Amino acid sequence: MGKKQLASRLLQMLIVLLGISFLTFLLTYLSPGDPVRNMYTAAGIMPTEELIQATRDEMGFNDPFFVQYFRWLGNCLRGDFGKSYSLNKPVVTLLKARLWPTLKLTLMSMVLMLAVAVPLGVLSAVHHNKPIDYIVRAVTFFGVSLPNFWVGLLLILYFCVRLKLLPVVSSGGTFKDLLLPSVTLAVAMSAKYTRQVRTAVLEELSSDYVVGARARGVPERKILWGNVFPNSLLPLITMLGLSVGSLLGGTSVVEVIFSYPGLGNLAVNAITSADYFLVQGYVLWVSVIYMVVNLLVDLSYNYIDPRMRLRR
Amino acid sequence: MEKKKNKFLSNRGFVIFSILALLIVLAAVLAPVLCGSHSPTAGSLADAIKPPCAEHPFGTDKMGRDIFARVIYGARTSLSSTFVLVFVIFAVGTVLGVVSGYFGGWVDAVIMRIADMMIAFPGLVLAIAVAGMLGASTRNAVIAISLVSWPKYARLARSLVMKIRHTDFVAAATVTGSRTMYMLTRYMFPNTITTLVITAATDIGSMMMELAALSFLGFGAQPPTPEWGSMLNEGRNFMQSAPWMMIFPGLAIFITVVVFNMLGDNLRDILDPRSE
Repeated sequence: MGKKQLASRLLQMLIVLLGISFLTFLLTYLSPGDPVRNMYTAAGIMPTEELIQATRDEMGFNDPFFVQYFRWLGNCLRGDFGKSYSLNKPVVTLLKARLWPTLKLTLMSMVLMLAVAVPLGVLSAVHHNKPIDYIVRAVTFFGVSLPNFWVGLLLILYFCVRLKLLPVVSSGGTFKDLLLPSVTLAVAMSAKYTRQVRTAVLEELSSDYVVGARARGVPERKILWGNVFPNSLLPLITMLGLSVGSLLGGTSVVEVIFSYPGLGNLAVNAITSADYFLVQGYVLWVSVIYMVVNLLVDLSYNYIDPRMRLRR
Repeated sequence: MEKKKNKFLSNRGFVIFSILALLIVLAAVLAPVLCGSHSPTAGSLADAIKPPCAEHPFGTDKMGRDIFARVIYGARTSLSSTFVLVFVIFAVGTVLGVVSGYFGGWVDAVIMRIADMMIAFPGLVLAIAVAGMLGASTRNAVIAISLVSWPKYARLARSLVMKIRHTDFVAAATVTGSRTMYMLTRYMFPNTITTLVITAATDIGSMMMELAALSFLGFGAQPPTPEWGSMLNEGRNFMQSAPWMMIFPGLAIFITVVVFNMLGDNLRDILDPRSE
């Protein structure tokens, strides 16, 4: 990516972010709940109609839509995402505290996934249309059809309830707490990625340079690990970038199952208690992270793929 | 027509999985017959939390409701909402994509920037936010997932239209005075339909899982409506005493998703000349 492309990419990101912020705000604006009423009920106060009106005025909820939107946006840009009234803490503090556990979970499940998917995918491609390939394909097929919340529940049932090996509720601190949630996330993902690795390696294996290398008597192992494998990494990296994003959102189901103290769990609770500032903050944060990760992935092509460098 | 029929019938996988999918749909339609006297929503507390037995093949839940009946009736909720969802994203995505690709210019720019925005959201995040904000119901869960899923179809339809937009036969049709509506429905739309049907068919399984995930979190179908995702959520609290409460609804999702995924894959093999 050249400097010019990078600049236009950043500009596009800004536009999309603006759109996202608008959409998020619109959603909360349109939603049937009343934040002021919720705030008082959360604090255990039964407010009078006058008190509600007074607070609405004071907090600016009676202003026109666009006035409210731009005030909120301005505050967000200054790093002030408002205060969560269900947890009575600034939104930023809450999100910061939950970000790391979710990232840990995401990374751990990625590592697990790669440890399964890469060897299986390569194995399956090398033994194309042999028994091993059929077995791997069948297993991955069932893997992608497994809903991850069910996998999580079954894992708890077996390891926590039957065998009592691991704690049912994970506090997110230790390796043990991280293990089952990340295995749950890794199951469906490894199935998907094994297929991807298999397809990518198969495609490379059928290219001309492989035929050429074989004809010149280059050992098969050298072709596979020296040429084919590095070349098939490129599509994998693109997908990994996209997965980081969907994981950040997708972890919520798993986090709820394991009562894991991550962003997703926080968001689900925020929604059930109609804590709009917290939801807005969460959606914005996750989208920004998602976009930054994908930008980094695109930038990384410059280093991974020499063709990208030459094109400039 | 004669030749096309053979293409479908001679694919053994497609025939087998069509029959299986039809059986699942039939089970949902014939739920009252299959479940006999058991109601999916009414039970007696005397029968609460019974393990699977002859009377209740899948056991009962905390309210004494027959899980088998709830799983079968749950197929109605899950299947109908999934089909509606897939149809909505297919229709919306295709129309917007075809329009975007055909007209180009600012129409294209606006539609595609909105699509970019939706794609920039990690899927389930927006779906959860939308479902949560609009209030929890099956309809809102469908709306939420539609919002984040249509861009994939729009992009696909757009690229397919762009491919033929500047070919000679399209130019000829325009020159001979074909009206825009005619161009869209006669040339542009038919050109995208095969690829998009394949995509829709292969998406049924994953859409079903996303809907179930939302229900599982409590943002979809509301109790006492039987729905597989929300049944799993109920079963979660009784894992120790009544594991059957979460095993059977999960199994139902898994089997249905496998069947529809297989059906989609086979359909792709038949319709897509490029696949193996």
